[in-house]
Amino acid sequence: MSHLETLTPTPSPPAAETIRPSELRRPLRAAARLLAVRTVIAAPLTVVTSAGLFAVASLSPFDPLAAYLGSGYQFATQSQRDAMRAAYDTDQPWHRAWWQWIGGALHGDLGFSSTQSQPVTTVLTERMPFTLALSGAALVTAAVLAVALGCVAGMRRGGVLERLCTGFSVMFAAVPPFVVSLALVMVVAVGLHWLPASGAAAPGADYTVAGVVRHGILPWIALTVSMIPWLLLTTRAAVLEWVDSDAVRGARSRGLYGWALLRGHIAPVSVLPTLALLGTRLPELIAGAAIVETVFGWPGMAGVLVESAAALDFPLLAALTVGAAAAVLAGSALSDAAAVAIDPRIGMSA
Amino acid sequence: MSTQTLRRVRRRENWPWLALGLVAITALIIPLLAGEQVADFAAALQPPSTEHPAGTDHSGYDLLVRTAEGLRVSLLIAVICALVATVLGLAIGLAAALAGGWVDAVVMRVVDGFNALPHLVVGIVIAAMWRGAPLAIIASIALTHWPAVARVVRAELLAVADAGWIETARLAGASRWFVAHHHLIPAVTGQAMTAMVVLLPHAVWHESTLSFLGVGLSPDRASLGTLLSEARGDILTGAWWTLAVPAVTLVITALTVAAAGTAVRNRHRPPTGRVW
Repeated sequence: MSHLETLTPTPSPPAAETIRPSELRRPLRAAARLLAVRTVIAAPLTVVTSAGLFAVASLSPFDPLAAYLGSGYQFATQSQRDAMRAAYDTDQPWHRAWWQWIGGALHGDLGFSSTQSQPVTTVLTERMPFTLALSGAALVTAAVLAVALGCVAGMRRGGVLERLCTGFSVMFAAVPPFVVSLALVMVVAVGLHWLPASGAAAPGADYTVAGVVRHGILPWIALTVSMIPWLLLTTRAAVLEWVDSDAVRGARSRGLYGWALLRGHIAPVSVLPTLALLGTRLPELIAGAAIVETVFGWPGMAGVLVESAAALDFPLLAALTVGAAAAVLAGSALSDAAAVAIDPRIGMSA
Repeated sequence: MSTQTLRRVRRRENWPWLALGLVAITALIIPLLAGEQVADFAAALQPPSTEHPAGTDHSGYDLLVRTAEGLRVSLLIAVICALVATVLGLAIGLAAALAGGWVDAVVMRVVDGFNALPHLVVGIVIAAMWRGAPLAIIASIALTHWPAVARVVRAELLAVADAGWIETARLAGASRWFVAHHHLIPAVTGQAMTAMVVLLPHAVWHESTLSFLGVGLSPDRASLGTLLSEARGDILTGAWWTLAVPAVTLVITALTVAAAGTAVRNRHRPPTGRVW
């Protein structure tokens, strides 16, 4: 049926047969094949997404010329507007505009961003490192914390820590990241004056490593908190599923407990598959990054996505949206491939 | 399980609904009691007092009344979104399961395609193109959330159709209508109801986020998101209540709605597999 069901590990541990070396290598080959098939599917899907974006934009009531000129629009005379319209060819049907965009994109030309007053490619290359650094740091921290806490919570069912972790997760799964961000700004930046509230450098100053790290602490905390709940609950559920299995009961009867039991018998079958699912959560990471970067004025790509949408800066919006869709497809493909490579019990049809 | 424990379980299951009802009634009653509100810039950004229990916002409106109005708008939009997404998903899931064959395959690939889109990005794009239109917000949330419903409805229908009792009923002489009425429709409505309640917190989350980011409802129409968006500037001047009151309201609402969703889901647990 759906991918979800094929991804759920079969409940019974694998039978203890002799495994031939050729079978050991099979998961990697299966993962590679899955990646290849997904790439073939993802390319047309991304193109269709971009076409959908242009079609939606053509339905929208906004005037691209008004968006381009901004407040200058009302000062332009009718003949100036007509001239601009002809020059920028804004009256063409959406599929011609889309085709031109695709042609330009293939040559590395993504158009000119009106909100940033820069070519879109420049905007992307300048802002990419900030987004990758912030999102990567938050993702790694969230993964480490959530897996560690999830394992402990799963092993100590009913304990104080388990109830604290579950309560925290349920609570913060319901709180939008911007509430957490604003609370951090209010308490840490405005109330205590410990850390700056916005940007990645002091106003007018150049970016320095120390300055960027100092400005990045609050956004990093906010983004990490937004990623933890799901991961913690999933890890806990996966650990719980295996704590009662025959294999673990057998290990317990041989006197194994605690860390050795977790490392040898529970983590390989519960933690690794959970980590492999990380890539499928890329939409949440993108959403969280968009919110957090906007609140903290972080000079990354996700924050500028909101800005470009609000100002109808279409070339930039198109590049970011199509890029986000491609990233999500890549994330889920890599995720599934990792799951297949790690766990030989999972068989998957593309 | 004795009847007593059963009753206790049932009573514990009901608290989310009571809490949700309380939240909704508060949102309805406070603006009614307060009557017509006027902007009073002389009374802007006052901290909580006996006259204004939650302080005032930067236009001098009573923040408690504004928050209640915002909650009303947010809940209304969330309910409409969940309803539209459920109806859309129900129709498409039913069509896919009933038609079967290549139609089913194509529809499910389309569902996968829609699922691949990052929801918030789609929401931002659509909401920005029709700025401030509640219809655009509803459309953007419904369009990104129907695939989950369609998938559950289809899986449920296929699972029920595969179950032995349908065949047994048919062999025992039950008509198609009887089977549909007694087996298929109850199974699907249960799933659809569950899906709708589970969608509610997502819808609240999305609407408030879009409004907060400035592409949702216009600032003069109070929703929890627009109030929090205004608070973003006000907290820099130390007006903590402009953030605390709408934020706490949003968190309480989201938690009670989510708890109600869990309660419904536990009652109608899908028979096979984990479809969510």
